Amino acid sequence: MHTKSIAELSAALRGGDVSSVELTRYMLQRIKTTGESLNSFITVTEELALAQAAVADQRIAAGEATPLTGVPIAHKDIFCTKDVRTSCGSRMLADFVAPYDATVVGRLQSAGAVMLGKTNMDEFAMGSSNETSYFGAVRNPWDGATVPGGSSGGSAAAVAARLCAAATGTDTGGSIRQPAALTGITGLKPTYGRCSRWGMIAFASSLDQAGPMTRSAEDAALMLSAMAGFDERDSTSAERPVDDYVGGLGNPLQGLRVGIVKEFMGDGLDAGVGASVQAAFDALQDLGVELVDVSLPNAGLSVPAYYVVAPAECSSNLARFDGVRYGHRCEAPRDLEDLYKRSRSEGFGAEVQRRIMIGTYALSAGYYDAYYLKAQKVRRLIADDFRQAFERCDVIASPTAPETAFKLGDKANDPVSMYLQDIYTIAVNLAGLPGMSVPAPAADGMPVGLQLIGNYFEEARLLNVAHQLQLATDWHRACPPGF
Amino acid sequence: MSLSNDDVAKIAHLARLAVDPADAESLGRELSTILDLVAQMDAADTDEVTPMAHPLDMTQRLRPDQVTETDHREAYQANAPAVENGLFLVPKVIE
Repeated sequence: MHTKSIAELSAALRGGDVSSVELTRYMLQRIKTTGESLNSFITVTEELALAQAAVADQRIAAGEATPLTGVPIAHKDIFCTKDVRTSCGSRMLADFVAPYDATVVGRLQSAGAVMLGKTNMDEFAMGSSNETSYFGAVRNPWDGATVPGGSSGGSAAAVAARLCAAATGTDTGGSIRQPAALTGITGLKPTYGRCSRWGMIAFASSLDQAGPMTRSAEDAALMLSAMAGFDERDSTSAERPVDDYVGGLGNPLQGLRVGIVKEFMGDGLDAGVGASVQAAFDALQDLGVELVDVSLPNAGLSVPAYYVVAPAECSSNLARFDGVRYGHRCEAPRDLEDLYKRSRSEGFGAEVQRRIMIGTYALSAGYYDAYYLKAQKVRRLIADDFRQAFERCDVIASPTAPETAFKLGDKANDPVSMYLQDIYTIAVNLAGLPGMSVPAPAADGMPVGLQLIGNYFEEARLLNVAHQLQLATDWHRACPPGF
Repeated sequence: MSLSNDDVAKIAHLARLAVDPADAESLGRELSTILDLVAQMDAADTDEVTPMAHPLDMTQRLRPDQVTETDHREAYQANAPAVENGLFLVPKVIE
C-alpha cells in the first residue's frame, strides 16, 4: 500500500479496496517503525490524522471525493497548522502552537488530504543538509550515514522512504529541489507567487515559494493542482488562473527544445553525477526533444548575490522574534535589551544567527549600495540571462546538485561549502522561475537529480516533460533498500 | 574582507543578538568568509543595470479599507511567554 502513487491510492480508496482510516493507521505505523531511525518527523499528529481520515471516508462514500481525498500526506514544519505545534525546526518556536492554518495547508485539507504530521527541516529553512534543525539531523533513507539535503530534508526523506504519499516543501534557494535530488524523489518549486505564502513562516520573502514533493510528476501535478492559486491574503500572490497540470501530462514532446546550461556542466560537477544527468538528457532526446546549448553567463554570481538578498530579508523577517509575543523567552531578563538579545541568541541556532548578522551588516548604514543594491542589480542580470536563454529553448535542463548525498557532519562546519550545494538551483529563485528536480539514473547507488527549469508560470510544461520522461524510464521508481 | 571583534560586536548589537566575546573571533572569521564569497559580485559591471527588487515586477494590490479581521487576542496570546489581563508583559522599561 505504501508504494502506491496518489492516483493508485485514490482509485483504491474510491473502489473500496481500503478505507482512508485503514490506510492512515498503516502509514502512521510505518512512521513509528520503519521510518523511526530517519527522524523525518518533528510531530506526528495521529489523532488528527485519524479524524481527518474518517471524514475523508464519509466524503468518498458520498461521492464527493477529489483525487487527494483520504490520501495521507505530511507538511513541512514551516507551514502553520491550527492547534498543532509549528516549530520551523527551531528552539525559538519549539512550543509554538499555530492559531491558524497556512493557505496551502487549508487548500490541501479542503481537497481531503489527510495530514500525518509535520516534517523535520533546517532551522527556519536555512541549510542544505537538514543538520541545522533544533530537533536533530534527518538521515537519508538511501544511506543512513548521509544527509537527505535541505532545507525540506524531512519531507524528502519521508516521501523517499514511503512514509507518506506526498509532502509539502518550501524552496528559497533550492530547498525542495536539492533534497528531492539527494533522496531520489520528484520536487517542484513553482513560479514565485503561484502558491500562497500566507501562513508559511517567512525566511526571504522575495524568494520563498511552496511546492510539492512526491514520487512522480503525476503526483506532483495532483498536489500542485490543489496547492496553487490566488490568495488575497498574500500580497505577492499571482492573480491568474491555475493551469490544468494533470490534463497536459500526456502531451508528446516531439519538437520541444530543451536547453542544456553549459556553465552547469563543467568545473565543480561530480563526474558520476555528470554522467547520470547526461543519460537523462539522452533519454529526453529519445523522446523527440531537440537539445540545444544555452548559456547563463552570470549564473556564477547567483550564490554571491543570494547571500546578500536572502540574509537581508531574513534579518528583517526574523526581527519579529523578540521574546515578547510568542517564541522563546530567556530566564530572568534584566531589561528589555537583555530580553531581546538573550531570547534571540538562545532561540536561534548558529546558522540562523550567522545569516541574521550577514543581513544586518549588508543593510547597515553605509553598506546598502555595496551589498543590497549591488545584489539586486546582479539579480537582474541573472533574470535577463534566463530571458535570453528562453528565446532559444522551451525548457532548460541541468543537474540539480553538484554531487550526491554527502556524509553527515562533512560540511556542517564550513558554511560556504554548504552554500555551494545550491549553485545550480539558486539562480532560479532569484529570477522567480519554476524549477523541478526529477530522478536521473543513480550514481554509485545514490540518487541523482535532473533539474528542469521553465519559463514563468509554465509549471504544466515542466510536469509534462517530467511525466513523459518517467513513462519512458524507471529511475523514479527506485526504492531505498529496507523501505 | 576581515571583520574585527568590534565589528562583530556592533553587528550583533544591531541584530539584537548576545554574542559571547569568546566566540567573536571565530564568528568574525566565518562571517568574513561569507563576505568574501559575496564580494565575487564585484566582478560584474552593473552601472547601467536597474535593480530587481522582486521577481515578477508586480505592483502591490490595494484593497478597500475595511475591517477584515476578527478578534483573536486570546488565541494569539496563548503563545505568549507572559501575559496579564490581555497585555504582553516585558521587563520594566520606564523607571
